[in-house]
Amino acid sequence: MLEKALVGSRRYWLWIFFLIAIAGIGFIAYLQQYKYGLAITGLSRDVSWGLYIGQFTFLVGVAASAVMLVIPYYLHDYKKFGKIVILGEFLAVSAVIMCMLFIFVDMGQPMRIMNVMLYPNPSSVMFWDALVLGGYLGLNIIIGWATLHADKKGVKPASWVKPLIYLSIPWAISIHTVTAFLYAGLPDRHFWFSALTAASFLSSAFAGGPALLIILSMIVRRVSRFDPGIEAIQSIAKIVTYAMAANVFFIGLKLFTSLYSGIPGYGYSLAYLYTGLDGHNTLVPIMWTSSILAVVSLVLLIMPPLRRNEGILTLACVVLFISLWIDKGFGFIIGGFVPNPFGRITEYWPTFLETLITIGVWAIGFLILTVLYKIAISVREETANIKLEH
Amino acid sequence: MYNSGKVIMGIIIFLLFVAFPFYYNIGRVIATPDPSLDTPVINELVEKKCVEPREFMRVEHMTMLNDWKDSAIRDGRRAYINTEGKLFEKSLQNTCMRCHSNKERFCNECHTYVAVKPYCWTCHIEPKEKKL
Amino acid sequence: MSMDRRGFLKLIGLSSIGIGAGWMIRKPGEFLEAGSVSDLPGALEAKQWGMVIDTSKFKTEADYKKVINACHKAHNVPAIENPNHEIKWIWTDDFAHTFSEAKHQYMTEGLKDKMVLLLCNHCKNPPCVRVCPTKATFKRKDGIVQQDMHRCIGCRFCMTACPYGARSFNYTNPRPYIKETNPEYPTRMIGVVEKCIFCEGRLARGLMPACVEASQGAMLFGDLSDTNSVVREALRRHYTLVRKPKLGTEPVVFYILDLGRDKGGGEYA
Repeated sequence: MLEKALVGSRRYWLWIFFLIAIAGIGFIAYLQQYKYGLAITGLSRDVSWGLYIGQFTFLVGVAASAVMLVIPYYLHDYKKFGKIVILGEFLAVSAVIMCMLFIFVDMGQPMRIMNVMLYPNPSSVMFWDALVLGGYLGLNIIIGWATLHADKKGVKPASWVKPLIYLSIPWAISIHTVTAFLYAGLPDRHFWFSALTAASFLSSAFAGGPALLIILSMIVRRVSRFDPGIEAIQSIAKIVTYAMAANVFFIGLKLFTSLYSGIPGYGYSLAYLYTGLDGHNTLVPIMWTSSILAVVSLVLLIMPPLRRNEGILTLACVVLFISLWIDKGFGFIIGGFVPNPFGRITEYWPTFLETLITIGVWAIGFLILTVLYKIAISVREETANIKLEH
Repeated sequence: MYNSGKVIMGIIIFLLFVAFPFYYNIGRVIATPDPSLDTPVINELVEKKCVEPREFMRVEHMTMLNDWKDSAIRDGRRAYINTEGKLFEKSLQNTCMRCHSNKERFCNECHTYVAVKPYCWTCHIEPKEKKL
Repeated sequence: MSMDRRGFLKLIGLSSIGIGAGWMIRKPGEFLEAGSVSDLPGALEAKQWGMVIDTSKFKTEADYKKVINACHKAHNVPAIENPNHEIKWIWTDDFAHTFSEAKHQYMTEGLKDKMVLLLCNHCKNPPCVRVCPTKATFKRKDGIVQQDMHRCIGCRFCMTACPYGARSFNYTNPRPYIKETNPEYPTRMIGVVEKCIFCEGRLARGLMPACVEASQGAMLFGDLSDTNSVVREALRRHYTLVRKPKLGTEPVVFYILDLGRDKGGGEYA
């Protein structure tokens, strides 16, 4: 089926070459980092993880969110997701690959990456994260490919695909839970040290991922003859709404415990993020932007007449995605590091090169996504009138 | 065979590409490596012997160094007793290079020839050599 | 013999797994059958190394400096000016930030601002060891939290996990920042994490840690499991603190706090 990605309109090729160019710029920036080390980033002794690991964390959520389509379709036999579920699986594939690339660019000694498998440490959450991410990537490639191939032939997918699909459901939950455990079990990192971390990761993932999928579906409908179905999109919109409501609720829970207890360690990070601390307030504007956008998106999504309007729905999804991206892809990580465990403040802001590398990884992700979607769409266009068998 | 013309062309291009190092080096004369033992410390030795016999060292020095590294750092066991019962401190910088203080003419001689770049020297400090 | 494409590919796949497995089974040193492993004569050994720092014996800037310099010189620790990329094995901070749980509003200025010497606590229950994905940092039998610079992948998870800020990352090539190189000790390379290792290499040669030697009695080092050791003796005789005991990491670096002497006399008027 790969050949489907090799034929396309002028617009398709322009987009592909645009992404390759961006990825190329990112790669050149990475060569600088490879040569001069992570000193070219804004990272420091106190803030030792930043934009890269933030993107990684955020994208694990996007990858896990495919399960929000898989559960209704395969467990509840919700037929309307039949056409769109492949878009979710392929989104998961490209998101996991981006995650891996972000881990790679964050490493001080990337050439030693195989040490994680050669000298595994089962008590390290990072080891398990590498394991579950690799497994999830494999599962989604196999499932996506097998079901799409069967559709193309107009037959049912092979019998071994179903158990893999069922396996992928708890697996999706696990990747984000394990990612949350990277943070939630560290002593004296009050901002992360909460049983709620994994739960709020999942809620924000199940809002942000499907919101991205809605945006992508809107684009797909515009650039191809494949229509994932307006009812399917509306159903996803409801999922996004519930998940976002849960996410905002969880934020409220965290705020209560942190602020009402009056324990300084719990309040300092929040103070740094939302009001600034001792005159350090770099993150305050973007954190408030995130909060305001979260409320705006929630209002737009909760009102049924607004949500049913495609334009408003798309806008709400874009707003929600940006809000969660700031909150989880940036604020969450930095908030855990500032102030440091001794109450001292070192601020962080990504450098130009660091940003280029980050954009480059996103471009590679979108490149993979475009190719996979092109294949899926081409198959769907061919079989537009054939009823799906799985 | 389908598309035999294209396939055969492809194979030829592939072979040409793979064989590049061979025909690129045809006719080039590269001196056989000749590691030098001419250092002040070695010259003063009565019995010119490394920690193990020369043949062994030639074949196994990399394995031995790797082994030394692991047992010294990971097990904290920093001595090596050779087959003759003699004790050495496991240290690249303080044991090996004390005698072989001519890295350029000893280590690099062969490493360059076989095009290997051990990354020992990104951390371990090379002995100061008097440039001749 | 006939074989279809599918069968051929399966065979190729299986054989490549076989080759891979064979390579994995081969452990370093398998072909090395000469010699044996031993300890250096006079090596210092303990069941659990520990350190006691007498804060009252550090009075002037020079007292700290000489200890820090001894360590940093011995281990080729670079002097990087940019605090973001700074590397430190042993350093100072004030009492209020070091023992933040003990801090309160009306603490005497003398105590609040008192400088304290800081280094890796070689915790009995070290979070850094728990989180390291490659066992590049690990606990030795004698309690030392060792750092294997050959294996570190530079993920910096240990830096995030350490509640004592004891770990430094080589954000850049450290070599240009080393003023005087000690030819007997390696430097580090770009992209790995480093920290104090209780001078395990010196202990193996029968020497006390460089800082302890330079401190002239202000820092004590010995076996905590031995009730007669200097460290146990000091712990018996003085009021001592460890950093952040509530975290359960169980540091083995103890601080003697002689309150009377800090206030300049033990009398209460």
